[in-house]
Amino acid sequence: MERIIVCLKPVPDPKQWDEVSMDPETQTLIREGIASVINPLDKHAIEAALSIQGVLGGEVVLLSMAPPSAASTLREGLAMGADRAVLLSDRMFAGSDTLATAHVLAAGCRWLGDNDLIICGNMSIDGSTAQVGSQLAELLDLPNIMHVIDLDLGEDGSMVVTRKIEHGFARLRGALPLVISVRKELNKPRYTSFTGILAAESKEIKVLSNEDLKISPEVIGIDGSPTKMAGIELRRFERAREKLDGSVDEIVESLAGRIYQYGII
Amino acid sequence: MSGDMNGIWVFAEQRGGELHEVSLELLGKARELADEAGKKVTAILLGHDIRSLSQLLLNHGADSVLVGDDPRLKTYRLIPYARVMASLVHTYDPEILLMGATYMGVELAPRVAAKVRTGLSAHCIDLRLGEKGQLLQVVPGWGGGVIATIACPDHRPQMATVMPGIMKALSAIEREDTVKEIEIDLPEKGLGPEVLEVKREKPDQLPLEKAEVVVAGGWGIGSQEDWKMIESLAELFGGSVGATRPPVDEGWAEEGQMIGQSGKTVRPKLYIGIGISGVMHHVVGMDQSEHIITINSDPDAEIFDTSDVIVVEDFRKVVPKLIDEIRARLKK
Ligand SMILES: Cc1cc2nc3c(=O)[nH]c(=O)nc-3n(C[C@H](O)[C@H](O)[C@H](O)COP(=O)(O)OP(=O)(O)OC[C@H]3O[C@@H](n4cnc5c(N)ncnc54)[C@H](O)[C@@H]3O)c2cc1C
Ligand SMILES: Nc1ncnc2c1ncn2[C@@H]1O[C@H](COP(=O)(O)O)[C@@H](O)[C@H]1O
Repeated sequence: MERIIVCLKPVPDPKQWDEVSMDPETQTLIREGIASVINPLDKHAIEAALSIQGVLGGEVVLLSMAPPSAASTLREGLAMGADRAVLLSDRMFAGSDTLATAHVLAAGCRWLGDNDLIICGNMSIDGSTAQVGSQLAELLDLPNIMHVIDLDLGEDGSMVVTRKIEHGFARLRGALPLVISVRKELNKPRYTSFTGILAAESKEIKVLSNEDLKISPEVIGIDGSPTKMAGIELRRFERAREKLDGSVDEIVESLAGRIYQYGII
Repeated sequence: MSGDMNGIWVFAEQRGGELHEVSLELLGKARELADEAGKKVTAILLGHDIRSLSQLLLNHGADSVLVGDDPRLKTYRLIPYARVMASLVHTYDPEILLMGATYMGVELAPRVAAKVRTGLSAHCIDLRLGEKGQLLQVVPGWGGGVIATIACPDHRPQMATVMPGIMKALSAIEREDTVKEIEIDLPEKGLGPEVLEVKREKPDQLPLEKAEVVVAGGWGIGSQEDWKMIESLAELFGGSVGATRPPVDEGWAEEGQMIGQSGKTVRPKLYIGIGISGVMHHVVGMDQSEHIITINSDPDAEIFDTSDVIVVEDFRKVVPKLIDEIRARLKK
């Protein structure tokens, strides 16, 4: 095994999501003051990479497309035990949709050289599209498998993967190089040790811009993204909220009455 | 011929010869959009020995079906499926392509979109037509707290995935047969991982998305013991049991019973929510239900904003009596 890449997305801390508000004029979300964390599933991706590395060797590289401030989030991933990180950061990348993001990540993978395995989280919690893994694989012309809940690597470079399907699972065998997207059932991410945090301080985070990657502006950023935001609004919920009053017996009586009215019983 | 097949496409998902429900739901939506835009609906059916499913697709709203029947497509494999879909798109140039946000669709749709270099929006909750035939794709973001509308103005097809249970299938009408077989052209090698085994179990309860009644419980139920009350109530209606995240974490309910942003989307005729606070993450999965009744001891519970009928009480006082009352009425 030469190299395993983990695609790591820094996301706004879900604990602070209720602090998100919207600027009515610009129709954009205000997320100032909200800390970034590693996308939860990407920790499972890091764990998978580290445990494979434990058996087959090679280096584990974290790859992220994000603003320069994401370096601190990458540092957390390095503290878990990854060897180095590459941060793809350029104004030109801003506003990328999933396809444009995949173009940038693909360029990052190519910049790194030959990669045996690329591991993504199945889905990010902010974008929640679950699209980047498959699109990255397509752009790199590599096979990919999503919804991974178990995996076994053979010495011969083949990999047996269990993936979830409706009411069951499928087992597949693929040859490396391969892109996989993992679910949380796969493993339990290790805790970061104090020595891990210290070691991470001296690990490299290489920052690359589009001067290094030279991706055509036509496929990246807002202008290069095929999907466009046509509107955004805060969701409102409004229903009658008719309160049933009285003794418990009376309430039960009216509840059963409603259920009858609805044609259920 | 291709003139009739460049309108709205629905990927008809089948596994083991069984059509996924979401395909018929998508056909229902596609029919509505097509009638509005004066276009035709085409269903794309891939597999082996699956021709008999075409009639079902026609009866549920497709004007025509493109069938790719080949032993190599018998079991779903991403690379061959993506190749065939992309080559069909290149040949027929459809305006719109809809797929289910199923385990298969979530993996396949982005790969196809990247192959044909077009836009794709995930987990849409609504689809509308905008100016110049644009497909407006409504998606929840940020845990469902915001609703974004996405368009794909300059690339075709406009692609979207939709969660099962959101669109309504049309009732079947016997329709005329326009089925076209397509040639499957695949290389010998480079088809990606081989499938060793597929294992599926019959789900023991009615799938949540299909249940007419969903009784959902939250953290407020408090114990495995009391969770049985939720199950008994659901059983009386022949309905299904749903849950918020905490009961799943506690092990009272299964992962597949979770409703909300990271779980299922349901729109039953009746949703009864018990001991649920009504955090957005959960509400986005149930707020399209026809009738919503909720029971919560906290008079300020947020769930009430999404409720038609509310009961401010300890559920332990109400639910056992409700079970008796319903049982008595059913006996009559
Ligand atoms: C990224 C992300 C994704 C998530 N996705 C989902 C998702 O898909 N689905 C989901 O459900 N959650 C999801 N969650 C979790 C979600 O944020 C909430 O934590 C969860 O929905 C709360 O569940 P609850 O209402 O059961 O619990 P609580 O918020 O603890 O509410 C319990 C309620 O029970 C009431 N209660 C207590 N005792 C009684 C009694 N005796 N009688 C009547 N009422 C009583 C209380 O008043 C309270 O309102 C997600 C969270 C994150 C961060
Ligand atoms: N900007 C990004 N940088 C690095 N990895 C990403 C980025 N966006 C998405 N990913 C990867 O793709 C997975 C799925 O993300 P998404 O398609 O946004 O749901 C994530 O879990 C990451 O592994």
